[in-house]
Amino acid sequence: MNERKPVGQQNHMEAAATRNKKPTSKPAKLGRDVQARLGQQLRAMYDDVVNQGVPDRFAELVNRLDGDRKKDAP
Amino acid sequence: MPMDESVRKAVLSAVPSLRAFAISLCGNVDRADDLVQETLLRALANIDSFQPGTNMSAWLFTILRNHFRSEYRKRRREVEDSDGHHAETLKSQPDQYGHVEFREFREALAQLPSDQREALVLVGASGFSYEEAAGICGCAVGTIKSRVNRARTRLAELLHVNSAEDFGPDETTRAVLASGGE
Repeated sequence: MNERKPVGQQNHMEAAATRNKKPTSKPAKLGRDVQARLGQQLRAMYDDVVNQGVPDRFAELVNRLDGDRKKDAP
Repeated sequence: MPMDESVRKAVLSAVPSLRAFAISLCGNVDRADDLVQETLLRALANIDSFQPGTNMSAWLFTILRNHFRSEYRKRRREVEDSDGHHAETLKSQPDQYGHVEFREFREALAQLPSDQREALVLVGASGFSYEEAAGICGCAVGTIKSRVNRARTRLAELLHVNSAEDFGPDETTRAVLASGGE
């Protein structure tokens, strides 16, 4: 994995890639701050849908099925 | 027996969160709403098997998740057998999902393997405990924990985040900051 060519043998592309690369490839542990931000974004996206409430089609569906059950009841 | 009023209310109050979960699974609002509808039909047909006093939300999520696994994934496999298809569906229909501002995050989320995505959403957004999420997914608590960790790590990679400072707002926000700042 960590096989490294001597610096002098690196071609330009590789050198550029190395320079631009932040140490992301260490999936060891995310900082708490990063986890918190990811969590915030995830919840914001999710809550965007939750805040739309119950669409009419589902309210009607549940009420209709409930009505059917009552009719069927002995 | 007619449905208890409290049961009916519990079912209805779970609907918004069920939809949000379904959208995260399907990546498409129309399909997600169909999934929610089928879930409600199944749940209400089997409402007698719901044990009063247990978590209605978790019960409904379990039905939805199992139904999605058995039906929707089967159907999707007929079209294309890859998780990449999910991401492509999202990209082609950005407006169907909701607001544009979550696009970057949403696309990254869509690239996660589905078992990691569902674990992350259940724990990180739906507010279930690791134990409840394990019950919903039918796996061990440790499995959920590792899926959530892998999901977070992968998300951070996809979004190129190493620290909170790197956590760029998405394009819309960046544009606003660039024009307003300095």
